[in-house]
Amino acid sequence: MAEPGTSFGQRLGPALLDSLLAAIIAFALFSLLLGLRMVDKVTGLTLQPRPVLLAVAVGIVFCGRLLLNLFVWHAEYPLTAPFAKLFTRAPFERRDLIVLGATLLVATLMFLFSLVIIDSAAFELVAASVFIFLGIGLVRRIIVQFFPDLPYGRIFTVGGIAFAVLFPICAYLLEKTFRLGLPLRYLLDLSILVLTYVMLGWGLNVVVGLAGLLDLGYVAFYAVGAYTFALLATHFGLGFWICLPIAGAAAALWGIILGFPVLRLRGDYLAIVTLAFGEIVRIVLLNWTEVTNGPNGVSGIPKPTFFGLPFAPSGDGTFSSFFGLKYDPLQGIIFLYYVILALAFITNLVTLKLRRLPIGRAWEALREDQIACRSLGINTTITKLTAFAIGAMFGGLAGSFFATRQGFISPESFTFIESAIILAIVVLGGMGSQLGVAIAAIVMVGGFEALRHTEGLQSIFGEGFDPALYRMLLFGIAMVGIMVWRPRGIIGSRSPSIVLDEARPIGGGLVREGRA
Amino acid sequence: MRSWEEDPLLRAEHLTMRFGGLTAVDDVSFAVGRHDITALIGPNGAGKTTVFNCITGFYKPTEGMIELRQPDGQIFRLEQLDDHDINARARVARTFQNIRLFQGMTVLENLMVAQHNVLMRASGLTVGAILGLGGFRQAEKDAVDFARYWLDRVNLTARADEPAGELPYGDQRRLEIARAMCTRPLLLCLDEPAAGLNARESDALNELLYSIRKQDDIAILLIEHDMSVVMRISDHVVVLDYGRLIADGTTAEARNDPRVIAAYLGVPDEELPVVEREVGL
Amino acid sequence: MAYFLQQLINGIALGSIYGLIAIGYTMVYGIIGMINFAHGDIFMVGAFIALILFLALLSLGVTMIPLALLIVLLLAMVLTAVWGWTVERIAYRPLRESFRLAPLITAIGMSIVLQNFIQVAQGARVKPLQPVVTGGYTLFTEGDFAVNLSNIQILIVVTTLVLMTVFWLIITRTALGRSQRACEQDRLMAALSGVNVDRTISLTFVLGAALAAVAGLLYLLYYGVIDFYIGFVAGIKAFTAAVFGGIGSLPGAMLGGLIIGLIETFWSAYFTIEYKDVAAFSMLAIVLIFFPTGLLGRPEVEKV
Repeated sequence: MAEPGTSFGQRLGPALLDSLLAAIIAFALFSLLLGLRMVDKVTGLTLQPRPVLLAVAVGIVFCGRLLLNLFVWHAEYPLTAPFAKLFTRAPFERRDLIVLGATLLVATLMFLFSLVIIDSAAFELVAASVFIFLGIGLVRRIIVQFFPDLPYGRIFTVGGIAFAVLFPICAYLLEKTFRLGLPLRYLLDLSILVLTYVMLGWGLNVVVGLAGLLDLGYVAFYAVGAYTFALLATHFGLGFWICLPIAGAAAALWGIILGFPVLRLRGDYLAIVTLAFGEIVRIVLLNWTEVTNGPNGVSGIPKPTFFGLPFAPSGDGTFSSFFGLKYDPLQGIIFLYYVILALAFITNLVTLKLRRLPIGRAWEALREDQIACRSLGINTTITKLTAFAIGAMFGGLAGSFFATRQGFISPESFTFIESAIILAIVVLGGMGSQLGVAIAAIVMVGGFEALRHTEGLQSIFGEGFDPALYRMLLFGIAMVGIMVWRPRGIIGSRSPSIVLDEARPIGGGLVREGRA
Repeated sequence: MRSWEEDPLLRAEHLTMRFGGLTAVDDVSFAVGRHDITALIGPNGAGKTTVFNCITGFYKPTEGMIELRQPDGQIFRLEQLDDHDINARARVARTFQNIRLFQGMTVLENLMVAQHNVLMRASGLTVGAILGLGGFRQAEKDAVDFARYWLDRVNLTARADEPAGELPYGDQRRLEIARAMCTRPLLLCLDEPAAGLNARESDALNELLYSIRKQDDIAILLIEHDMSVVMRISDHVVVLDYGRLIADGTTAEARNDPRVIAAYLGVPDEELPVVEREVGL
Repeated sequence: MAYFLQQLINGIALGSIYGLIAIGYTMVYGIIGMINFAHGDIFMVGAFIALILFLALLSLGVTMIPLALLIVLLLAMVLTAVWGWTVERIAYRPLRESFRLAPLITAIGMSIVLQNFIQVAQGARVKPLQPVVTGGYTLFTEGDFAVNLSNIQILIVVTTLVLMTVFWLIITRTALGRSQRACEQDRLMAALSGVNVDRTISLTFVLGAALAAVAGLLYLLYYGVIDFYIGFVAGIKAFTAAVFGGIGSLPGAMLGGLIIGLIETFWSAYFTIEYKDVAAFSMLAIVLIFFPTGLLGRPEVEKV
């Protein structure tokens, strides 16, 4: 590999060689799996060659690797530097501006080219992404330039909360007044989904981020909460608000029952046992047909009421009739949004409060060093159990919300992949950081859902392209990418739980992750 | 009868610890005086840390018993207690040979974790504190004051809000002692507290230990390799070699005991018969 | 008795496949201390590569079954090994010295990527293969119940035994095995003593993936259908097997594989097939409670 400072010509040879090797490996990887497709025929499976696709894939690897070799890795001046600089406070050099300007120019030309001549959504999508990215970076630079000392962390948090509280009401009123044709229903559903994951992330954060216990079966508690409410509601006609605490308590109880025998296991042994419990719960839900109705699930789960007032189109004593409003299905959805927002806030506040109490500090100490904890007289089993139970409780609360929102649940919703996604949110967010978890949930779940609606991609890959299929693929790639880019998560520092003089964030490199 | 045998704080009797076929500690009995600094010394591999781990509950001894008698007459059999109860109830605190601080937590947080049990009770097992009941606020303030007191004692007040992992080595050693002291122990067990310290830090440590014994009247049991530290501050020396007790007495006695000299220094070949005769082998 | 014997044979065949996959988990765990969640999907990729190779050979007119099997076996091992190598290179090596949970998340990410890549590239429908290895022996009959030992079962057990032996020799007799054990003990010290740590770890992934490819091929031959999801289920089972036997221990992985295979088979045969996984997982939890480091795992001495 060439050293920095060598000339372009000197680097070209090794770069070509390296890219060629990458292309050969790509060929080995893709030759059979991408280059040949198995097609069902009457006579059985036959193979259909796809040489063009294979060539494109290998070509992308070769060109991508070559460009990266020449202009990013080992380059004296990596072309990605100016873009990274947008998000720092370092001063721009002339060549930074040239690169940024050139990018902007290319994106604009692409946009115009598409608009005037070929009308390709793909081109416009790419150009728009570039505009948005550069725009955010520039606006950020300008604000930081003029107000260097504002408490940005706090502004961001307060702004985020204010937005979360005001968004549905404002959007609803705007929509009703001006009839903008916003896809309000979709936006609300998406926000509710994101908030559910934020809450789950915060709940799991207690177990993984604070106490350092690797739990791969968190979805079990989500399922327990969901089924507790669903069964109580459908069998005994109980309402959401009565069942919510019951579901939380049931999940916490399960956390204790499952946790008690296994919490003395170390690290990865605990991980696999929790995974096993997650699967056991799902299999039992699937097969215990008399109670859970098996794979058919439970349906007809009631929606929550507004202090006893249901959201129904007609009849006396409904929300709309009581307040003298015209019935609108959106009202119920907005209410659901506020319910999950409140639940998520409670999760957050309780967690923040607990962190400042002895129990929370003991959790973190447990993550740092279990043996030292024991030497200080801390009963590690009970401390772990409380973390497990509280995490489980939040999972259970989120679960019963999930049940009431969907109105229907089945074991399908509680697979390992859910646990993995929630864990990914916690780790990607930065373990222990509440803000980081929220950002990760928005990026991962929001981005993931948004992909469902990118018609633009169809024009790249042709009509038969189904974005939903590629969604999971991109999700996986994003998971790997973000983690490699920021192994400590989006927010990798920890803030102290108690301060004598002045709070200073603690670098992520020091914070342990609970090996024992 | 020696001073530490009259009314010992801790008595280990016939302590034996085997790992598989290896006998790390073999029928060791000794006492730790209530007002003494007791040093547990011996060459590498003599079984000192194993004795420590038995006392502090990290190992369960294969045979023997360890009895701790508190000033109010309450007796604890340490080999029967869970490790956390040895600190919480019998009130024995310890440090570790390779420092075990909560590195990602601040200095102050380390000392707050050490007061976990007190604070936990004050917080009404968390429920009370969340509901704002009880005197948790006051208890927390007291805990911070107590932590600050110990920070002053070990000279770390200025670094209270720094992560423990960022402190220099000598400070980490002292912080670990302060953290152990914050559990309000009767017996403080220190595993090689002077290891890796320079001469000045070592002196400061001596002073600290001396003041803990003198001012706080807390018994100290320490493992140490640095003979200058041992000889200067200890009242009572227990010497182990190959898992056996080979000497138990005052510093002066230990210093002159030929078996101790032999175990420590080894002897030149030509003198071996002489020493062996003296030692009684 | 006859029924029991038949289940025993079935259980051993299934357990052998789990054991082969479990070795990949246990080796990687031993050397870098991470759960390679994508390993189950490497097994699945191996099965797909094997299937495509079979189809290709058929269309090329290779009809001699032993020859076809040999070609498929070798090529599938090589190509799957490349996948194993690539996964390590992309998702784990950049995170080698960082935070422990980071590679776990990239591993889950890689698992998602592999599953969905196969789904996108080859379609979601199950892929059947007509029986390649047929026939067998009837050992004896008891009443009207015949105990059968099929050729494919013989093939599975023999292949597993041969591979285990070869593998055992590699680990205990070769320079690679020594380097591997050195890296397990202390990676830094191994590097300082001249062991190429990166290459050793890469080779570990390559070997694990090659064995997974064999498992994939055997699975394909035994069951005759595969889909993109088989890696997840088999992966969890195999990982359970590795933990069961004591993670880090090669004989433990094989033993764990056999036990999980037997539990599953016997539970399905004598109780309910729906709860066979519950039985296997519950056994795991119970065993871990009494042997916290698995059956053959080195007991972890708590260093204080």
